[in-house]
Amino acid sequence: MSFATKLMLSFLSLGVITIWGLTLNGIVAKIFARVQGRLGPPFWQPFIDIIKNNAKRTTVSHGIMFYLGPVFRIAGGIGTYMFIPAVLGSVMFSNYSVSGDVFLVMYFIFFGQLGMALGAGEGGHPYSAIGVARGLAQMTAFEVPFALSVISLAVQYHTLNITEIVMAQQGSILNWTLFTNPLAVIAAMIAMLGMTMYNPFSVVIAPQETPIGPPTEYSASFLGLLATNRGIFNAAKLVLFMNLYFGGATNIISMLVKTFAIYMFSVFVGVAFPRFKTEDSIRFFLKVPALLGALAIVVWLI
Amino acid sequence: MKQLDTELSKQFTLSDYVEQRPELAFVTVEKQQLVPLLTYLRDTKKYTHLVTLTAVDWLEVNQFQLTYLLHNYETHTDIGIRVKLDRDNPVMETIHHLWEQARVYQRELHEMFGIDFPGSPGVEEPMILEGWQGPPVMRRDFDTAKYSLETYDHRKRDTREPEIYMKEKLYPED
Amino acid sequence: MTDIDKIHDSLEAKPEPADTETNNNTEREWRKDEKTLTNSELSLEEQDWFCDARPQPVKPAWGPIEKFYNWARSHSLWILAFGTGCGAIELRPLVTARYDISRLGMQPRPTPRQASVFMIGGYVSIKTLKRIVRSYEQMQGPKFVVAVCSCAINGGMYWDSYNTIKRIDHYIPVDVYVTGCMPRPEAVIAGFTKLKELIMAGKAEGQNLYAEKFDWYKANQKQVIKDWNMPDYNW
Repeated sequence: MSFATKLMLSFLSLGVITIWGLTLNGIVAKIFARVQGRLGPPFWQPFIDIIKNNAKRTTVSHGIMFYLGPVFRIAGGIGTYMFIPAVLGSVMFSNYSVSGDVFLVMYFIFFGQLGMALGAGEGGHPYSAIGVARGLAQMTAFEVPFALSVISLAVQYHTLNITEIVMAQQGSILNWTLFTNPLAVIAAMIAMLGMTMYNPFSVVIAPQETPIGPPTEYSASFLGLLATNRGIFNAAKLVLFMNLYFGGATNIISMLVKTFAIYMFSVFVGVAFPRFKTEDSIRFFLKVPALLGALAIVVWLI
Repeated sequence: MKQLDTELSKQFTLSDYVEQRPELAFVTVEKQQLVPLLTYLRDTKKYTHLVTLTAVDWLEVNQFQLTYLLHNYETHTDIGIRVKLDRDNPVMETIHHLWEQARVYQRELHEMFGIDFPGSPGVEEPMILEGWQGPPVMRRDFDTAKYSLETYDHRKRDTREPEIYMKEKLYPED
Repeated sequence: MTDIDKIHDSLEAKPEPADTETNNNTEREWRKDEKTLTNSELSLEEQDWFCDARPQPVKPAWGPIEKFYNWARSHSLWILAFGTGCGAIELRPLVTARYDISRLGMQPRPTPRQASVFMIGGYVSIKTLKRIVRSYEQMQGPKFVVAVCSCAINGGMYWDSYNTIKRIDHYIPVDVYVTGCMPRPEAVIAGFTKLKELIMAGKAEGQNLYAEKFDWYKANQKQVIKDWNMPDYNW
């Protein structure tokens, strides 16, 4: 297959995953509303919001770094997705999985947030700085159990390639990491709660107290870019979790169903629980989940 | 309360004792004796809480009347100390060294009545009326409706006396 | 003839000369913090934070595209609620389960940069007018203004107040007024529906109106904001 065909196919798959991620966001907003006894927005609301944001006539930029912040963010989202095989064996959705891509993906998860921090910092708004400080602190905290869990997987499967990890889980449902290495899965799923930033770890984007965290100063098409990234990034994270812990997917239907089910976990928790303060969430991540992750490594080393 | 008044009268020049309720009384004191009296009440008579500091504009007699309301948490009684100021030159001693919160009241009185409290921190700063350049607004000789009509653009509106209007509407033949 | 009618008649007549007593008061200089800043007089450090040019009217896009954009705008109204008065109380029920504006695609947005509807809830004093002007100018166009309560329309019960402006549309362009003291949430939603119709019809061009009549609006604002201590262009 030529390079150009491959590139085109992977961008097609990126388009599919963007639409799926935004639809998921819309569905989740609907679920939140129904739990609160409201009707809620239609599930295509994220698309309308993106169109509207890009249709704004004026926008304000505070400098080059401010401009690059959302670009870094979406680069992080696309980068995360591009190195994960979304559907095993599919030409279109296999993307650019290479050996050692687990670490690359973990780096990309962090990358967007760091770029955003630089951009939001240049905006000069104090609330941005608060949001960035909270976001980075919480991110560092939930990376610990997640990283430990991934290391445990590396020990278990003797590889750092996502495709090989998925291959090792094929055959039977009992081959999934969920059943072969439950400790690592528990640690990673708790880390995912922090990653998706619903309750109880939603203080970063705190919609009312500090106006929506880091992107306070971003408007118009910047915001549209960030909202698009929310779709890509969410879906990419879900695909990553599906690949690492839930046996991957061999066709697109199973990919959609599995990512939806994994997302529902953090939504159920988010609907039911109140919110942690930043320092509390850091303490929380560094205690039980980190311990579980470490235990998972120890079990497989022995 | 009457007993307290007689006790205070030995040291201070008091007048116009009014007992509104068994636990609330008002008394008027000379301007120079106010701060000593408040200090005495706070430190000796346990009137430790400054409830409010407010002013009344007696336009007819050309006076401002300040009322310092104090509360005693042990007997649960209130005493209001009244001071009469000259309306043309309203200057009063500050009491922010007795109660820190008094400076907020004094700032407000400075803004609303134009009563000056020299030495009170931030008394010149605007509190609600940023950039106000007219006379102090709570003085009774300030005509707020007239000022409003002269300063702002009004939307013309139809106003009717409800009684007459309804009579015309419902019983036009009367 | 009632007292109020007399006052209205005096609107047409020349203001009467003030009597001696008030004259004394007005002659005294009570405050000396009169400041007038324009952007050119800002320090270099501060100039960086504000815009250095007047707002310019922006032409709408090509017909069908603009129609599509307007459809998206009207279905994704992000509200910047400015609770200036008691009317703000009536905005809270809007997001609760009973009225739930999120089903109409609306949501409260806490920063003016991202909001598209500016909602003024009640009377506007001079102090809040300054904040309103700044918030309005920081919003990114196309921006719409919904003013709630009779106080925002004609001063309402504060019609004779020395510190309340009587009509907001002399200071920022208003698209929809919602009457009532205070209007029920249903009335507010009806106002939003009206705003949606205006947007769909392409009639809600408050941003361009503000840019075109910028001098007139600025003159009105400076007429009542006596200590103008902010830049003229701050978006």
